[in-house]
Amino acid sequence: MDFKFTDETQLLQEMVSEFTEKEIAPIAAEIDEEERFPEEVVAKMAELGFLGIPFPEEYGGAGMTNLDYVVAVEEISKACASTGVIVSAHTSLAAWPIYHFGTEEQKQKYLVPLASGEKLGAFGLTEPGAGSDAAGQETKAEDKGDHYLLNGNKIFITNGSYADIYVVFAMTDKEQGNRGISAFILEKGMPGFSFGTKEKKMGIRASATYELVFDDVKVPKENLLGELNKGFGVAMATLDGGRLGIGAQALGIAEGAFNEALAYVKEREQFGRPLSKFQYTQFRLADMYSRIEGAKLLLYRAACMKDEGVPYSAEAAMAKLVCSETAREITWQAVQLFGGYGYTREYPVERMMRDAKITEIYEGTSEVMKMVIWGKLNRM
Amino acid sequence: MNILVCVKQVPDTTEIRIDPVKKTLIRDGVPSILNTFDAFALEQALQLKDKNPANVKIVVASMGPKQAETMLRDCLAVGANSAYLITDRKFGGSDTYATSYILSKAMKKIEEEEGSFDMIFCGKQAIDGDTAQVGPELAEHLGLHQITYAINITLNEDNTTALITREVDEGKIVVEARIPVLVTFTKTDDLRFASIMNKMKSKKAEIKEINYEDLEGIDDTKIGLKGSPTRVVKSFTPDVKTDGIIIREDDPNEAFEKFAEELEKAKLY
Repeated sequence: MDFKFTDETQLLQEMVSEFTEKEIAPIAAEIDEEERFPEEVVAKMAELGFLGIPFPEEYGGAGMTNLDYVVAVEEISKACASTGVIVSAHTSLAAWPIYHFGTEEQKQKYLVPLASGEKLGAFGLTEPGAGSDAAGQETKAEDKGDHYLLNGNKIFITNGSYADIYVVFAMTDKEQGNRGISAFILEKGMPGFSFGTKEKKMGIRASATYELVFDDVKVPKENLLGELNKGFGVAMATLDGGRLGIGAQALGIAEGAFNEALAYVKEREQFGRPLSKFQYTQFRLADMYSRIEGAKLLLYRAACMKDEGVPYSAEAAMAKLVCSETAREITWQAVQLFGGYGYTREYPVERMMRDAKITEIYEGTSEVMKMVIWGKLNRM
Repeated sequence: MNILVCVKQVPDTTEIRIDPVKKTLIRDGVPSILNTFDAFALEQALQLKDKNPANVKIVVASMGPKQAETMLRDCLAVGANSAYLITDRKFGGSDTYATSYILSKAMKKIEEEEGSFDMIFCGKQAIDGDTAQVGPELAEHLGLHQITYAINITLNEDNTTALITREVDEGKIVVEARIPVLVTFTKTDDLRFASIMNKMKSKKAEIKEINYEDLEGIDDTKIGLKGSPTRVVKSFTPDVKTDGIIIREDDPNEAFEKFAEELEKAKLY
């Protein structure tokens, strides 16, 4: 067991941290306030290789590990959770399933532009009636001989209208339930594929969350991702990886808020001395720090397991569960330490507290995480 | 077009402290960075390379301790073609005169490997010593003409002259210089980031080393502490000055009254 980063991971962490500090942190409050998708930042990240970290160089990626990817999302999310989830959804939910389940042709056509950052990806599973119960898909894909005909809609889609390539799930055999779902690769601009309303959200307001609408969309046969009716497996495997990304986002939010709080209590004076001189504050920060470090170990272990190629579903679920609860708790504590100032938009902890909540909900709620963890316990 | 960019690793001056006894900078525990003005010089070279990637070669060179390799790797990561570290215990303690002399000798050595340089770029000064002497002195040692305080450079079609914009107190001056030329740069455009792939490649890249023995005919009386005419008499942290007061009144009489009030408050009147 070795708790040290490799030189490469260390180097990556430093460069993402520097980029975040210079390019993302200065606009984080503004894009939250304006609910503006940071296209300029995404373009810069694409150029630097941030959108293809865990994919081989031959497919346009940076040829690094899942741990590296997680560390990058964590660093970005320390300053801006919206930008963190843009990278996470693109990498884990769109590029990864194509890398893992795609044919060589699909990889060349879709993974290469995604991993090189030339194009942005999104993932469409959730529907109005199919949230945690993903099997309740209403979107249908009918086999029309030379193509599939897609009808239905998807909601809460991260990167919404800004993406170019979409991994979308639809029922190909309704009667089979979970075993009747298939995955497809869609492109923006396919006739009949449009965008519905953009969600107004509590947090991660710079991430563009849209409804996808499919009205007689002709999807070429070769855009079936994985085997017919095996889409549920594609979705579940994809979400295991996605949970590493969201765990990293949550951990980053927690660390960002913690760093703000630590600096603040050393400066803020009440009753004639800095808050940090009160033992109550010291104990509180000690608790916060310990909790963050614990969550970090769970997350890094799950990422390393994915890199090793061993089953890691339950570990990813534990990591996401604990990291997201940590984010909620730490941001809440940070606002409390800031007092009235923390409740205002003058300081970033207010935004961080709003951003934290979603990490307990999307890509599997905390309750779904516990179902996944129980799945492992039940086999013991 | 062969460009040499001289770079220096400096302590991050936002975190600097001075040894009260030795009167020198305390470098331990202070993060080291590429001197900001050298980064601007490199950025200008990279922009010339962007325009003509096949015909522009950028070589970076630094005189300093072994740790400066990290900074040289950063230069490679953003697009420099090769990097040289000029390092030897005998060079330790060199002032700007000795440093520029050693650099001039090292440059001749590097040219054996890389071909002769058409242009030499330097930062206008290092943010630690702030002398602004090494670039101009290097030009003198090499017998090159020099253009200082540049913010932009473009080349003519046949690469025989350069059009250089200089920033001076009175404004901007555009000058034309025959190549070869040495140019020192002040703040120019935003700096670029290295891509992940280039950063990882640079980690494994070779940093070529130049030592005392490599510099044939070097004059021992001109290098190191002994060869340095500069003597540091005293280093100190200047007293922190409070912010000035700007009086903005449309009416000059009111403005003067306020001014008088402030003088009184400050017990100067």
